Amino acid sequence: MDLFEYQARDLFAKHDVPVLAGEVIDTPEAAREITERLGGKSVVKAQVKVGGRGKAGGVKLAASADEAVARATDILGMDIKGHTVHKVMIAETAPEILEEYYVSFLLDRANRTFLSIASVEGGMEIEEVAATRPEAVAKTPIDAIDGVTPEKAREIVEAAKFPAEVADKVADVLVKLWDTFIKSDALLVEVNPLAKVASGDVIALDGKVSLDDNAEFRHPEFEELHDKAAANPLEAAAKEKGLNYVKLDGEVGIIGNGAGLVMSTLDVVAYAGEKHGNVKPANFLDIGGGASAQVMANGLEIILGDADVRSVFVNVFGGITACDEVANGIVQALKLLEEKGEKVEKPLVVRLDGNNAELGRKILDDADHPLVQRVDTMDGAADKAAELAAAK
Amino acid sequence: MAIWLNKDSKVIVQGMTGATGMKHTKLMLGDGTNVVGGVNPRKAGQTVDFDGTEVPVFGTVKEAIEKTGANVSVIFVPEKFTKDAVVEAIDAEIPLAVVITEGIAVHDTASFWAYAGKKGNKTRIIGPNCPGIITPGQSNVGIIPGDITKPGRIGLVSKSGTLTYQMMYELRDIGFSTAVGIGGDPIIGTTHIDALAAFQDDPDTDLIVMIGEIGGDAEERAAAFIKENVTKPVVGYVAGFTAPEGKTMGHAGAIVSGSSGTAQAKKEALEAAGVKVGKTPTETAKLAREILAG
Repeated sequence: MDLFEYQARDLFAKHDVPVLAGEVIDTPEAAREITERLGGKSVVKAQVKVGGRGKAGGVKLAASADEAVARATDILGMDIKGHTVHKVMIAETAPEILEEYYVSFLLDRANRTFLSIASVEGGMEIEEVAATRPEAVAKTPIDAIDGVTPEKAREIVEAAKFPAEVADKVADVLVKLWDTFIKSDALLVEVNPLAKVASGDVIALDGKVSLDDNAEFRHPEFEELHDKAAANPLEAAAKEKGLNYVKLDGEVGIIGNGAGLVMSTLDVVAYAGEKHGNVKPANFLDIGGGASAQVMANGLEIILGDADVRSVFVNVFGGITACDEVANGIVQALKLLEEKGEKVEKPLVVRLDGNNAELGRKILDDADHPLVQRVDTMDGAADKAAELAAAK
Repeated sequence: MAIWLNKDSKVIVQGMTGATGMKHTKLMLGDGTNVVGGVNPRKAGQTVDFDGTEVPVFGTVKEAIEKTGANVSVIFVPEKFTKDAVVEAIDAEIPLAVVITEGIAVHDTASFWAYAGKKGNKTRIIGPNCPGIITPGQSNVGIIPGDITKPGRIGLVSKSGTLTYQMMYELRDIGFSTAVGIGGDPIIGTTHIDALAAFQDDPDTDLIVMIGEIGGDAEERAAAFIKENVTKPVVGYVAGFTAPEGKTMGHAGAIVSGSSGTAQAKKEALEAAGVKVGKTPTETAKLAREILAG
């Protein structure tokens, strides 16, 4: 889960990383009171989870409370690279900035540990700096158990060649940022820029944080951080039912078990679609291992509720999942939807293999639903589903 | 021979007395796995009956090893407690720990992986979030269905559970030496490279099938390893060509970030290393068949 800037700011503040004052609002008028409290001037910053908002006009200085309201009016509702601005942060204006640095901690998949990235050339995308001036970027592996001690922070500061007069302050920020990273179960905490201001202090002016969804069990506070406004309604409905679903932009609805098999199913459907009017998969939906009839029914309801879907491909290899359960789920789901008065008109192609496949196939054959057809191979079933979607 | 698991493996189950542990211990025993004990400090001293097979419960992994000579542990404990369970297995220096549990926080995995390193890497860790490892006809540790295929001469390593099953099914008439599911999390213990190296050295394996998916660069690194070190034929498959950027596709590690971690890049890297890569699981199986037929 990626956080908004204001959420990152609040998280930094909680862990004593120096930040400027700032509050988030979703109506322009609210900018007035905050700006007055900030001494009559502020910065109005669009809250979007995409880079380049400054260039897009999403960050404006306001020299008065009236002007803050006007700028908030301009920015709220603005479209930045396909992201609608629903919230703005009214922030304290930065003191005179002398230098801009970059610091971050992140997961290093390849080395199976954590990594610190630091540079005295902050303020722009770090990938850009790394590409053009790799010698200006210091990467330091961090042991997951030892973490960032003051000594380790010193090592990072020296590796990145921070000027002597800010070395202690940057090292202190690094220790606190690491604290944020560990205590929040983050995958990334990034401060860019970390600014050296006229007073000699260093302040985190902007930040990015990404949190590990798998750690939500020990972080009840994650719940409030979810961006419910931005979630696709189908994705939100699926999440509510505990389903692992991603909306895509094609026409063939997909249900399968196991992330790998479902990803593979999307690919196979896309290949088949090349022969059938270029139809594509409409979604990713993994009903998981050991899925029951009810889970199957929940999944099918989501897929059939997607207006873009023209045919559905249910692709199950029964490992833990028993195919008879899946077949029962399909039959029950169709009955359930019909009882609800929803007209099911989309054809379903089903391929079952593995655990209790014979039993599952028999259940489908006995139910003899006019919209359901069985195909025995994955490639054959994908082709049939694509053909049906193209024909609609 | 096979790799890492054979008929002599003595297996203990951490989390055996939970619902998932009970279900799969029964299945593993049914497949002929030599399950010698379970671990649960609150039920130490009891035994659990699995269709007539009495399996003792021990208080700790260390005690289980002392009493049974166990050399493999399979871990089914819930995600909140998995890190402690793996650390316990590492402390007891069990040679192989297979972590089935999914949904583990990546900080926990990073932590137990670092711990294993500090303890001298005496424990091979497979997983987390993996289906386990099977040497057909000898032993099955985890949740892979034991009846898909028979013993044979193909070695399989895969990030995905169901694609492991699919591939075993496609090539069920030829059979497998060992199939190992390494899991789809961002940090995993055993990697594609570890399995490739082991299969290369295994006299019972003639061909290796390697299944990857989007996210990270494990497949690219495996390709570089194959080029330098693997003389046996390798057939590959990569899932996730149609995955959009920035979306996690089921597995915590399956995400295309910007332009990195794409299926296309992985396929190209593997092909550049001489690996034949199939477009679909079925086509991949066909490539394996063609190579084995000469």
